[in-house]
Amino acid sequence: MDLKLEHYTEDDTEIVVVEGEIDVYTAPRLRELLIDLVNQGRFHLVVDMEKVEFLDSTGLGVLVGGLKRVRAHDGTLDLVCKQERILKIFRITGLTKVFGIHDTVRDAIDNRKTQ
Amino acid sequence: MALVQLSISALPVHVRTARLVASAVARRSGLPESALDEVRLAVGEACSRAVENHRTHCPQQPITVELREHIQSSPGPGRFEVTVLDRAPGAERPPGGGGVPTAALPYAEAGEVSGLSPDIGLAVISGLADQVDVEGSANGTTIRMSWPIGDQQPSETGTRTGEFSG
Repeated sequence: MDLKLEHYTEDDTEIVVVEGEIDVYTAPRLRELLIDLVNQGRFHLVVDMEKVEFLDSTGLGVLVGGLKRVRAHDGTLDLVCKQERILKIFRITGLTKVFGIHDTVRDAIDNRKTQ
Repeated sequence: MALVQLSISALPVHVRTARLVASAVARRSGLPESALDEVRLAVGEACSRAVENHRTHCPQQPITVELREHIQSSPGPGRFEVTVLDRAPGAERPPGGGGVPTAALPYAEAGEVSGLSPDIGLAVISGLADQVDVEGSANGTTIRMSWPIGDQQPSETGTRTGEFSG
């Protein structure tokens, strides 16, 4: 299926809910949303990927790009994902060491606040 | 040997087309269910690279994807092989072994959709396919990747050129 993006605010964090496939065709839309949120001053982001069906290196690049942008404002970008087939590409590329990857949105927010 | 050949325009939307076809042919070839996701992702990465290269160098030229089911006559499992041929000029660097060190992740130039270098795609392919061969020339690049057909999992000590880091 195509990419579906929604976002909402919880505490001081913007939650981006992604559904569908993040690939070379759809990744530009996610990139635009992340840039828009940072431009609106939303520097703490959580990307909920539980409904993502496919992620490739273009999608990874967009997430890394988002991380770089929020870090430039002392912000954070964490991920929510429990799907092994999605987590595999993070392991292959070593990006598990770059992103905080959590089981739930609540975990992601609480983890950041305790650090 | 059964063959399915696909020719796609250098458009990002058709990377998805190639993924769907590769996944369907791989399933029909008898590849283990656990390997279908690997085929889907690896073919997507190879086609994404080809599309990006074509859009830069030769946007009118088609990209060829060949899906082969090798039935070996000698004992041992057959193999499912995917070849992605692009016609963008320039020699291709072979994929590096193992996961990509975090500190060494290459970043693309600002303005590109991906924040990572296209080389990351090769690293991902190396981590997914059982065997990978990348051949570059002045006439284009051929990425050949394959998986064993059968119920057994790919060998941990086989010719896989990239291993999961986790």
